[in-house]
Amino acid sequence: MKRIALLGMPNTGKSTFFNRMTGASARVGNWPGITVDLMSAKLLLASDMVELVDLPGIYDFHGFSEDEQVVRRFLENNAVDLVVVILNAVQIERQISLLLQIKQLGLPAILLLNMADETRKFGITVDAAKMTEALELPVILFSAKYGDNYRQVHDALARLIQNSQTVRIEQLREMLQPDTEIEYKMEAVLKKAVQVPEQLPDNLTQRLDKLMLHPWLGLPLFFGLMYCLFQAVYLVGTPLQNGVGWLLEEFKQLALEPLLGGLPAPLHGFLIEGVYNGIATVAAFVPIIVLFFLFMALVEDTGYLSRAAFLMDAFMSRLGLDGRSFVMMLMGFGCNVPALMGTRIMRSRQLRLLSMLVIPFSLCSARLQVFVFLTTALFAPRTAPMVLFSLYLFSFAATFVTALLFKRGFRNNEPFILELPPYRLPTMRQMVLRGWHEVRHFLNRATKFIVAGVVLVWLLTHFPTDVPPASSGTFAGMIGHFLAPLLDPIGINQQLTVALIFGFVAKEIVIGSLAVIYGHEGNTLMGLIAHQLDWVQAYSFMLFTLIYTPCLSAIATIRNESKSIGFTIMSVGWALTLAWVVSFAFYQGARALGY
Amino acid sequence: MAAELSMLKPGEVGIVIAIHADEDLYHRLAALGLRVGKRVELIRRASFSGPLHLRIGTTDLMMRGTDAQKVEINPPA
Repeated sequence: MKRIALLGMPNTGKSTFFNRMTGASARVGNWPGITVDLMSAKLLLASDMVELVDLPGIYDFHGFSEDEQVVRRFLENNAVDLVVVILNAVQIERQISLLLQIKQLGLPAILLLNMADETRKFGITVDAAKMTEALELPVILFSAKYGDNYRQVHDALARLIQNSQTVRIEQLREMLQPDTEIEYKMEAVLKKAVQVPEQLPDNLTQRLDKLMLHPWLGLPLFFGLMYCLFQAVYLVGTPLQNGVGWLLEEFKQLALEPLLGGLPAPLHGFLIEGVYNGIATVAAFVPIIVLFFLFMALVEDTGYLSRAAFLMDAFMSRLGLDGRSFVMMLMGFGCNVPALMGTRIMRSRQLRLLSMLVIPFSLCSARLQVFVFLTTALFAPRTAPMVLFSLYLFSFAATFVTALLFKRGFRNNEPFILELPPYRLPTMRQMVLRGWHEVRHFLNRATKFIVAGVVLVWLLTHFPTDVPPASSGTFAGMIGHFLAPLLDPIGINQQLTVALIFGFVAKEIVIGSLAVIYGHEGNTLMGLIAHQLDWVQAYSFMLFTLIYTPCLSAIATIRNESKSIGFTIMSVGWALTLAWVVSFAFYQGARALGY
Repeated sequence: MAAELSMLKPGEVGIVIAIHADEDLYHRLAALGLRVGKRVELIRRASFSGPLHLRIGTTDLMMRGTDAQKVEINPPA
């Protein structure tokens, strides 16, 4: 099958074009020579099936950023029949350099100038015919977003692919000529085919930036917007999540229980409480992920994300992060899983890894449930909110300490220069496609890992079968006993240790597991816990719960996104260490002070 | 007398005369339109000595002060 590679600078609407050409049929896949996944899809051009591959956006072929290396290695290891180069027509003045490099490499190419609609607003005129002549390759002005001239693009691709020759490049960098050569050619082509007005008209973007990037108002506006976004995601998401939970529970009660009722008890428990609950854990994340990425697409496609980076950079650069990491950290306070997936907007791997290392410390809504329960049980109504607030402070502190400690290890080697693209309205189609792709990605990659984890915890807490579940006689109880020398010094007793083992799967089930362990529910459970623990122990337990690990789904996501078992182990190991040290310092400190 | 890009005030314009950056940064700047002979305008600076907002032709970009020091410009008249 013939192969078309889609190439362009970042922010040129390359993915919009890819989505429009391929719809929801695109798949994520591995390619020889590179370690990152690329999207690709098969499509029918005239009478040929061809494969269209979406390469990451790059600025030029010389660079050493991760994306630039990926593109180079892709072209060195995979033959292509045609390269579709997408550039932003408004910025043709500078972006034409990328096309000239492709020409130097001898790749068969077609140039698509996107955002034809925006050139009119800027008073820029591009003469496609003259440019075709100057570049000696087909040039088409079009709009990926609104679909102008699509027919023409489609026909041109079909025509070119029929008479194409397969090209594979070896030693790509050696084939590039010096930059001065390119600059000379750029001048010549631009002079012939492009007219840019001396003074750009004052436009909406400039007026919006005056407000959004205002020295005093910019940051409060940013926090206000983030707050609204956060509220929107979780106000809509939580009821949806509960709805999915309810549906799954009903299905279990009405269909699964009667159907599997005849099975022997251990197998029945294994299938329902292990496997089915594992699937339910995965399903509960679906609504939040869809919503999160709908809104992230909104923030990203409007161009606000790079403004957020601009506003927060002074602070975040000291932590070795940037403003985009900050947005993800904030989103992590709702749920860590989509926030971890969202780090994909950062193109530098080191920056992504460091962000992924700090996000799990964001106090997510599931952990909040545990803390609300325990603070209500152990603290007076007047102090309880302050206790909760202090946990948020600890959450931030853990984030900052981690970033400061690890920033040297994850030094970001990509120059931090970001484009501030004009504000644009995203289309609904783009947003929905994004949400859909992300959910599919999560389900494909995380399901097995999460279900396996849930099953394992179920086995630990239900075997051997001759003792009550989650009691000290089970494997979990034995682990609790075994860990006692480690957890006693931080005030965590063996019952709580078993709850922590459950909490490893998901924080939502910690309270439920305490109910199983103590054999009581609701107010009786609260009373029992309040009777058995003093506030120092409870607070130590909460600190440990906050820091030690978000949940199995978050770990599965870290593993998927980092594609590194080593990093995942390090991330979990560091969180456990930090949790223990903080709880130890608190517990022993408080005891030493006489509490 | 030459000046550094980082010394521009908001609203001021300079012409790039030299870029003293390593290869990676140099190529990135070139691809974003920051080449010798080009006109650069400083639009604004972020608070707390944050990054600079620059405009080159039709491209707006942000850059940290430390990187902007590596770009030599003709000071505004």
